[in-house]
Amino acid sequence: MQSLGISILFTGVNMQRLFEGLMVTVRIAFISISIGSLLGIVLGVIWTSKSKWLRSVCRLYLEMFRIIPILVWLFVMYFGVTTALNIDLSGETVSIIVFSLWGAAEMGDIVRGALESLPRHQVDSGKAIGLNPWDLYQYILIPQAVKRMLPGAINLATRMVKTTSLVVLIGVIDVTKVGQQIIERFRVEIPTASFWVYGFVFILYFIICYPLSKISRILENRWNG
Amino acid sequence: MNLNWQFIIDSLPLYRQAAWATLKLGFWGILISLVIGLICSIALYLKLKGLKTIVKIYIELSRNTPLLIQLFFLYFGLTKLGITLSENTCAIIGLSFLGGSYMAEAFRSGLEAVSRSQIESGLSIGLSQAQLVRYVIFPQAFSVSMPSVAANCIFLLKETSIVGAIAVVDLMNVTKDLIGMYYQTFESLLMLVAAYLIIILPLSMLLTWLERRVRYAEFGN
Repeated sequence: MQSLGISILFTGVNMQRLFEGLMVTVRIAFISISIGSLLGIVLGVIWTSKSKWLRSVCRLYLEMFRIIPILVWLFVMYFGVTTALNIDLSGETVSIIVFSLWGAAEMGDIVRGALESLPRHQVDSGKAIGLNPWDLYQYILIPQAVKRMLPGAINLATRMVKTTSLVVLIGVIDVTKVGQQIIERFRVEIPTASFWVYGFVFILYFIICYPLSKISRILENRWNG
Repeated sequence: MNLNWQFIIDSLPLYRQAAWATLKLGFWGILISLVIGLICSIALYLKLKGLKTIVKIYIELSRNTPLLIQLFFLYFGLTKLGITLSENTCAIIGLSFLGGSYMAEAFRSGLEAVSRSQIESGLSIGLSQAQLVRYVIFPQAFSVSMPSVAANCIFLLKETSIVGAIAVVDLMNVTKDLIGMYYQTFESLLMLVAAYLIIILPLSMLLTWLERRVRYAEFGN
């Protein structure tokens, strides 16, 4: 019997299952963005050091992620590193590791840019009133840099959420995989299933990412103007 | 770690073919993206009524959704409505749909960077519209948008790695097959990483060099 395609979303527990899948996506994104941001701030501070050697190492680290696609990193980590070290990592762990490392690299670049854009006299004045390096960063540099790096950081978060869609390719049961399972299950009853399910997943991603990129643009306009 | 060199040599032709497929898709994707981006940015710049709203909706939709889902929707979803596209066509449409909005943003920022006074000065010394575009607006806009256009090209070429998911025989797909069939994990992954390095590293260097060459609009503004 042919029924209206869109009804697939409301049949049985389909909607609930899709949202459970979405939670996996959101969880991976949230954990990776948190770890990535923390590591990125540390990396960004190291990046501004005077040592040429340290700076090149940071640069190389970033370029590794800029040149080789994230999907390749996921494959290398999931198939290669696990085999080499003879350990067993779930797809979800692998994706969190890869996204965190990538996020750290990109975040480090954003933090570096923000710190370097601060006027030189801020550092000098801080030193002149006798702050130690830790206090200098905590009270002078980081609070000012946050304002300059927030739009970029939110943009990065949007990119990371979008990139989490790749985890389905290393076997994580995320929202896309759940969608595929539902499509398979209803292959006979609802032939147009894939149109509605993938369309719905498309909209779900949009609903998550659109507000983020909107906020980023508003902040950028407000603080640049 | 012992690498099976014989296996690497044997699988070279497969990788070469796949790398060509990746390059070809990337080339068409980037080319069409540039065209879409140019049209969209002009529509935004000239504030064409109606078209501007459509362009804005398109940009938001394309920038805020992942390529993988766009491809799945095109490849699996549209088939059910009677629109059947080959996987290569799908991949190129997907890449262009994604890339178009990124290019549009890049061109728009370039066009907006040309200050009012430049255009007014051009008009006051009697340039025609065509001359104004050719000698005043285009060179400056091009120079400003060049870095982001270059970044977008690299980005799109990297995004081609995803099209393996809809059965295009690209580098990812070949690697996955080889790992599955022969269990030569390290060799296959090594070839994969090497292939992307060979494709993207020279391009990235070339574009960085090009960026420096066209950085002439930053003065006197």
